Amino acid sequence: MKPAPFAFVRPAGLEHALEALAGDPGAKVLAGGQSLVPLLSMRLAAPSLLVDINGLPGLDHVTCSGDGVRVGALARHADVLADQEARRVQPLVALALGHVAHATIRNRGTTVGSLVHADAAAEMPVVLKLLGGSLEVASATGRRTIAADDLFAGPLESTLAHDEIALEAFFPALPPGSGVAFEEISRRHGDYALCGAAALVEDHRVSVGYLSVSDVPTVVDLSGVPEAELGDAALEHLEPADDIHATADYRAELVRVLTRRVVRAAHEFRQAAS
Amino acid sequence: MTEELHEVRLSVNGAVHVVRVPARRLLSDALRHDLGLTGTHVGCEHGVCGACTVLIDGRPVRSCLVFTVSAVDTEITTVEGLTEPDGSLGPVQQAFKECHGLQCGFCTPGFLTTITAGLRDNPTPTRDEAREMVAGNLCRCTGYQNIVKSVERAAALVEEGRQGPSRNPAREAGSR
Repeated sequence: MKPAPFAFVRPAGLEHALEALAGDPGAKVLAGGQSLVPLLSMRLAAPSLLVDINGLPGLDHVTCSGDGVRVGALARHADVLADQEARRVQPLVALALGHVAHATIRNRGTTVGSLVHADAAAEMPVVLKLLGGSLEVASATGRRTIAADDLFAGPLESTLAHDEIALEAFFPALPPGSGVAFEEISRRHGDYALCGAAALVEDHRVSVGYLSVSDVPTVVDLSGVPEAELGDAALEHLEPADDIHATADYRAELVRVLTRRVVRAAHEFRQAAS
Repeated sequence: MTEELHEVRLSVNGAVHVVRVPARRLLSDALRHDLGLTGTHVGCEHGVCGACTVLIDGRPVRSCLVFTVSAVDTEITTVEGLTEPDGSLGPVQQAFKECHGLQCGFCTPGFLTTITAGLRDNPTPTRDEAREMVAGNLCRCTGYQNIVKSVERAAALVEEGRQGPSRNPAREAGSR
């Protein structure tokens, strides 16, 4: 349970970090490390170089404005969760963050890191995708913004290039008159979810995002579907799989139950807010 | 190939130490092997059990999920740093002793650090909040009942400690 040897740099500036990353195709970025360090300890990954970005200035912000919440690469889950303004601008972020691992992990793990890790069993990737958010990334040659729709390529695979560092995530604000909800079912609170769902209801549009169901975070449009048929309509777009935690049939049943629950809760949220 | 060593300045329980470690040295191992602070226990070594929890800048963090080289410029508190300056037990430690909050003791350091920080954030936890506070720590002996009682007792002891000085009439008179 010890990582394989790797080289290590802890740059004090972004430019230096980007250069280091560009100079070694086997390099990985280290932020909170709450997903990366276990992967290294279990020897499921063995990067040749870790570029520790914890010393970089100006990346630990949670900035709220009318259009949404911007979360810097070094903002810990706990900081985002505690931010009352962020909770007001986009309540779904805090609703989901409460389910991210345990408080101790949230103290160190970063929200942006969780997005880049692109785990389909994680909460924040599907939240970013459901809300139509984006990720700002930088490399030695420039910057670009990746829409959440284009961010998740496969299991634990994002579309960031190896020489890019994610600087900031953008979660769009909750539009007036809309509602959100988040629920998941896990064996123990704080464990990976057997199935989770996040709902966004605006006007006549209903969309639900799922975690721990498919290989990538998946969002399904359920606008106009009668309540009794919501779960089955969602399942047409999902491929629940077997694993050691749950059978595919059980997962499908959880999709049916959670879909109804989150859509109802998002409607209630909307009514309570109006 | 000899592995490159990094000189790292660690501030632990108020004392500064300099260690020379490879980049892959987990903070939990540096505390135990390089500094001899064996109060921090290593259970699962992948962030699940919570036995290795220490405070980094006052917040509970798994020391097995932090590289020593990443812990520069931080203030680390281990279970050894939870005792009072005179060497007597801190309030959370005292509560575990009184409430029988431990049996084999392996998981205890992680609980003590977690609860110390938890009571700072929430000095008057409800029973549910006390459970939530320790939800990320595993204990295979106690069944948790006495640990939850210990959280509540520790909250009372911290509160008594806070009121203690102001009950001293001489001090009160002096401050007015």
